[in-house]
Amino acid sequence: MLSSRPILEISNLSIDFKTKDGAERKVLENFNLRLYEGQRIAVVGESGSGKTVMASSILRLLPEAHSSGEILFKGENLMLATSRRVSEIRGAEIGMTFQDPLSSLNPIMTIGDQVSEVLRIRGVSKKEASDRTVVLLQELGIEDAPSRLNSYPYEFSGGMRQRVLLAMSVIASPSILIADEPTTALDVRVQAQVMATINQFTSKRNLATIFISHDLSVVAGFADYVVVMYAGRVVEEGPVDEIFYRPAHPYTRGLLDSIPSIDQSSEKRLNSIPGVTPEPGQRSHGCVFRDRCDRAKETCSTKAPELLTTGEQHLVRCHFPLLPLSISKSKG
Amino acid sequence: MSDISYLEALEVSKVFGRRNRSKTAVDGVSLSVKAGDSVGIVGESGSGKSTMARMLVGLLPPDKGLVAFNGDDVSQLRGKQKSDFRKDVQMVFQDPYASLNPRMTIFDQLAEGPRLYRLYDGEQRLRAAIEELFMSVGMSLEHLNRYPREFSGGQRQRVCIARALAVQPRILICDEPVSSLDVSIQAQILNLLKDKVSELNLTLIFVAHDLAVVKYLCSSMAVMERGKIVEQGDSDSIFTNPIHEYTKSLLKAIPTPNPIAERERLSRAKVQ
Repeated sequence: MLSSRPILEISNLSIDFKTKDGAERKVLENFNLRLYEGQRIAVVGESGSGKTVMASSILRLLPEAHSSGEILFKGENLMLATSRRVSEIRGAEIGMTFQDPLSSLNPIMTIGDQVSEVLRIRGVSKKEASDRTVVLLQELGIEDAPSRLNSYPYEFSGGMRQRVLLAMSVIASPSILIADEPTTALDVRVQAQVMATINQFTSKRNLATIFISHDLSVVAGFADYVVVMYAGRVVEEGPVDEIFYRPAHPYTRGLLDSIPSIDQSSEKRLNSIPGVTPEPGQRSHGCVFRDRCDRAKETCSTKAPELLTTGEQHLVRCHFPLLPLSISKSKG
Repeated sequence: MSDISYLEALEVSKVFGRRNRSKTAVDGVSLSVKAGDSVGIVGESGSGKSTMARMLVGLLPPDKGLVAFNGDDVSQLRGKQKSDFRKDVQMVFQDPYASLNPRMTIFDQLAEGPRLYRLYDGEQRLRAAIEELFMSVGMSLEHLNRYPREFSGGQRQRVCIARALAVQPRILICDEPVSSLDVSIQAQILNLLKDKVSELNLTLIFVAHDLAVVKYLCSSMAVMERGKIVEQGDSDSIFTNPIHEYTKSLLKAIPTPNPIAERERLSRAKVQ
């Protein structure tokens, strides 16, 4: 399934924000990612992990950030592209949906106008744009789409708004979809329906997807490959089954143990991770996770671990991982 | 009938809005919670679960029906009885940012209740008790004189739990106390609640949309849909043998950290 060249290749991406007092806050460090055609990568992490900053920087949505590194989209470095070129790519080549469907939609513009705007800007006729909008909305599970074109966002439920957002991000047939927490604000049954919609749509179009989530369970059935982030760094990545069934990083293990299970006996305590994620600026030398880690030893406070191979495509950034490291070093 | 209910809702209803545009949030619901029970109220947004919690704690008067505390109608309580009810039934809210006073130190917020109910003889004993409580919820003493803005969401929720416990309540009502927190912090707070409930012999009413979370803390649960309880019973049996279609559909929709099962489920799901 994987063609030889990735359509998106992010190398050594680092992002800093300057605070008011002039100090630099590193929110993302040396991030690397390769996305192939049709592949689905889930980027998972808690608040402050850098996942949304990473995703937003692909489309250069963070003008105030200082970033370095390289983002190659089909061979073109987006970090060096003109803003005009980036505008062309947004929507047409790379579509993005955001977490909060209500604040991402224009409250005084009809659903039909908002979705077809993406096409109209690119010179598609009004009639054709409207027809394509109807077809797409129907495909995304909005019943009675022709009559819903003139509705406003407030007339839609949360799940329906999320489908509209999805329609906006894919109507110009991009080759990559970036979905940032698209189901987080939704009720569990609606979440399941929206996930089914995204799953069906992306597999039918063979659409490469980067799915950002704080919830491991939500991505379990959707992703091929999972990247786990913590405090601005990738701590573990690998094929989805490896990450869930054979986690190598104590943080990944801790996240999985923190999820209450419906099968678990209620007498058993949850194995929670102690402490809190360090803020940017309070991230000292060594391993960023060491203060919360029960495997931490002295090395962890003096030396930052590298991202090393532990299995087939499975990488972990830990001095004392739960699985043995392979001998050969990876380039992480 | 020696088995007196601690807190009981009898056919309570609550309607919001004007007559022609009104919405019935809770529609004739009865729920009885006995001393030592841990009861979950689960449902999706709009199910009426938060309105139910607010009526139980006395923050909202029911339009119909009544809430009884130790057998007495809460709306008729006066004097000492009313003050006992307010002290004995405490609440922890969903949003720890909005539920703390930004201009009061943490100590003052924790001391407010005990001072009101004159629980301690003298400032020194009060401070000692608050300090002990504060540490027992996993906070360190140097934080006691700080302001809410200096804390993370998880820490603020610890403060809110401490504030509720500071007046030595008998019933703790929690309305989605972990839904705004990160997963790793969520587990810490759930464990803290579990420990406190068993250590202090608290009666717990826990409102949440997440059934797995409710099952972790509650031995029984009530499932609400559109203002009504559609299923009620022992948590384990609701999970293993749900009767109502709504409960079944909720249970079926819960994602699990199990890729093989989740792929199977996604491939079967119909896009409606």
